[in-house]
Amino acid sequence: MSEPMLRLEGVFTNIAQYHILRGVDLEVPRGRVSMLLGRNGVGKTTTLRTVIGHWRAHGGRITLDGQDITAMPTPAIARAGVGFVPEDMGIFADLTVEENMVLAAVSGPIDSARLDWVFSAFPPLKTFWKSAAGNLSGGQKQMLSIARAMIEKRRLYLIDEPTKGLAPAIVATMARALRELKADGASILLVEQNFAVAKALGDTASVMDDGRVVWSGAMAELGRDADLQERLMGLSMEAR
Amino acid sequence: MRAVLSGDMPRSRVLALILAVILVALALAPFLFPGVRTVDTAARICVFVVLVASYDLMLGYGGIVSFAHTMFFGIGAYGIALASTHMGRGFDALIVGAGAGALVAAALALVIGLFSLRVRAIFFAMITLAVASAVAVLVSQLSGLTGGEDGLTFQTPRALSPAFRFGDSLLGVKLNGKLLVYYLVFVGALILFLLLLRVVNSPFGRVLQAIRENDFRAEAIGYRVVYYRVAATCLSASAAALAGSLYAIWLRYVGPDTVLSMEIMIDILLMVVIGGMGTMYGAVIGATLFVLAQNYLQALMGSASGLVEGVPVLPQLLSADRWLLWLGVLFVLSVYFFPTGVVGRLRQGR
Repeated sequence: MSEPMLRLEGVFTNIAQYHILRGVDLEVPRGRVSMLLGRNGVGKTTTLRTVIGHWRAHGGRITLDGQDITAMPTPAIARAGVGFVPEDMGIFADLTVEENMVLAAVSGPIDSARLDWVFSAFPPLKTFWKSAAGNLSGGQKQMLSIARAMIEKRRLYLIDEPTKGLAPAIVATMARALRELKADGASILLVEQNFAVAKALGDTASVMDDGRVVWSGAMAELGRDADLQERLMGLSMEAR
Repeated sequence: MRAVLSGDMPRSRVLALILAVILVALALAPFLFPGVRTVDTAARICVFVVLVASYDLMLGYGGIVSFAHTMFFGIGAYGIALASTHMGRGFDALIVGAGAGALVAAALALVIGLFSLRVRAIFFAMITLAVASAVAVLVSQLSGLTGGEDGLTFQTPRALSPAFRFGDSLLGVKLNGKLLVYYLVFVGALILFLLLLRVVNSPFGRVLQAIRENDFRAEAIGYRVVYYRVAATCLSASAAALAGSLYAIWLRYVGPDTVLSMEIMIDILLMVVIGGMGTMYGAVIGATLFVLAQNYLQALMGSASGLVEGVPVLPQLLSADRWLLWLGVLFVLSVYFFPTGVVGRLRQGR
């Protein structure tokens, strides 16, 4: 079996006096979409931020394609091929859409074929190419946030709740774009509260509770088992 | 024109017109407004445009608060004074003094930046305040080298002295070394301003803006925030030092009150706020308005006070001695009506 793209082994993260992650074990297989699921406040966002180096792991080990990145600074992790999409539409509002994208292409000028591919996934970005990113709508900002990660081929994408608070039409656009990213062979660790989207996109799933991964397996298995969903995440039929 | 301005157009007709008027007025100041005081005001505007623009590179683009900008300004000015004093009156002394001043300022900014910007930008503000105060005291104490509180008076190359004549007169203005030194200051300031404009509109400038907005997001893309902040600080310090060098060449004198005082630091902050942060054109507008107010508000109020003589209260309110009060009122009003600075307001209202 090949080395997973990302592996977390017994990762602990403290924020101030709070112990948020209490020994997270997690794997993201190469070229797969791994869903990170769980109730609010169980440590999903902290897990992503620990991988990218925003929060420093106080214990355990994180490896990217076999390389230990536990103590690496955030920019080095990013340049090692990790694209991060934060949950709060992490764009630079004062810059134009074009400037946001140029900034994200850290290894050189934007590849035009790649840009066309991004435009095909998110057409509004082409329309508002020269506009200030701060003037975009919420959905367009989220598109820009994901497009920025997509503009260069990364080894791993960490995406935090890309459909949160978006209109159904925009959610569909997001899901389509993520499917394209998946088809491109990307390894993705995706935090998603929308279970329908998670079921549609995920290959594998890890469910967190109280700072630990309490269940890991195939997304299809979790999607089929209503009792398991209820037990792990408290999902009711309505939520599904 | 777009290439000269590095693609950063004024984006407002009124702003473009104001900038053009200021440029023409400064370019032709010795001919349009002949007189020692008016030309001195024009030269001060040129110097302060660069000084404020260099500060805006740090504050407006990098989000870094510094209280040591006058220290860098002073280092450049003292560089010229010390080089001219020890090497004699020659252009080589000016080049060495300006170059050494810019290098020393950059080196000091590098040391302060590496020590403080690694942690949090606010520490940089506190450390710059301490270092600037220490340098000001040091300059006053090392009187053997710096002239202490009296400062240093020095001679510039003969070609830049008022006694040097290179013709009779043009449009009634004497063609002498003072005219040459004005154009040296004007052209030097223009080149430095355009270079700063190029810096903020380069990919480096975009990264700085991204860092100002959210440093973690910039790091998550792959940019080493501390390197960019330190580089911006060094560039800004060098530009401030070169502005100080131009000022010293113009005055042929340096002293702690003239180039190192905290008052200048406050003036710079006011000019940045009035003009508008995060835009180089704000430096032009802020410096011009502020220096003009500093130089002419007192006289204007004296005249106004004379006009309303006999009216109760008004002559006292408009007394020339109260010019600082009115400058304060103008500042409060400008912040109230132009919270994004004059340039921000003009660009919004285009």
